[in-house]
Amino acid sequence: MKTAVIVFPGSNCDRDLAVALREATGSEPHMVWHKDSVLPEGLDLIGVPGGFSFGDYLRCGAIAAQSPIMREVAAFAGRGGHVLGICNGFQVLIESGLLPGVLMRNATLKFVCRDVPLRVEEAQSAFTRGYEAGQEVVFPVAHHDGCYVADPETLKRLDDEQRVAFRYLDAVNGSMNDIAGVLSENRRVLGMMPHPERAADAQVLGTDGKAMFRGLVDTLVAA
Amino acid sequence: MKARVFVTLKSGVLDPQGAAIGSALDGMGFDGVTGVRQGKVFEIEMADASRDEAAEQLDAMCKRLLANTVIEDYSVELD
Repeated sequence: MKTAVIVFPGSNCDRDLAVALREATGSEPHMVWHKDSVLPEGLDLIGVPGGFSFGDYLRCGAIAAQSPIMREVAAFAGRGGHVLGICNGFQVLIESGLLPGVLMRNATLKFVCRDVPLRVEEAQSAFTRGYEAGQEVVFPVAHHDGCYVADPETLKRLDDEQRVAFRYLDAVNGSMNDIAGVLSENRRVLGMMPHPERAADAQVLGTDGKAMFRGLVDTLVAA
Repeated sequence: MKARVFVTLKSGVLDPQGAAIGSALDGMGFDGVTGVRQGKVFEIEMADASRDEAAEQLDAMCKRLLANTVIEDYSVELD
């Protein structure tokens, strides 16, 4: 299984994500610089990592979304490729138009950095098939701008199409409907604020994130 | 040519930063402030172009980068 992690100036979870992918897939992910204009051939999965790309200038993820490589990531997603955006990566995917809604400043105005309980809403995706729908998991969050906002029609559509992958179980950042992670229409792009890659090693925090990477391997290696 | 672009939150979009500024003003004794909304101003210098061309380019800049039109409105002033 061939994976890539996109690296922007200010990314800081790129190596954590690479370690989680390497552990799950047994092969080294390609680290792809944001200024590159081509992706490695034959990729199965692209990870867009957390961090503070471009210093969060303008709006979180807005400038990264205009990077040359993001055109290729969008084209990859358009061809049905799997893309996982975590934290700042979620913000980048939203600003790229690959996922609906917007992520605003936390309602408390505070940076929130702690482990949070989540409910897996939806097991019908490569990202979440390793979980049971309704299962509770704990992932860390670390963000200032994670308040998910969308218009009522979008929220209804996400619910109707069962595209809310994760919900917070307590008040974290003011997100509408406690949305912590959303899937694209074809269920092959997932954006989420919590960090599964920081909960994928028994020696560091928990291991609830492992099932996500295992699910991706099970789907994409069999494909 | 010089342009000023104003980006503001759409009405109805929650603005916790504006609300915090409003309560700070209140705490400073500025009575009578009934609401604060925070926005952004961009001053953009542009090489010579016709006003129509500049306006068209600025509109595209707003749509593609300067504003997130899901939650923000924009307006443009050309000198």
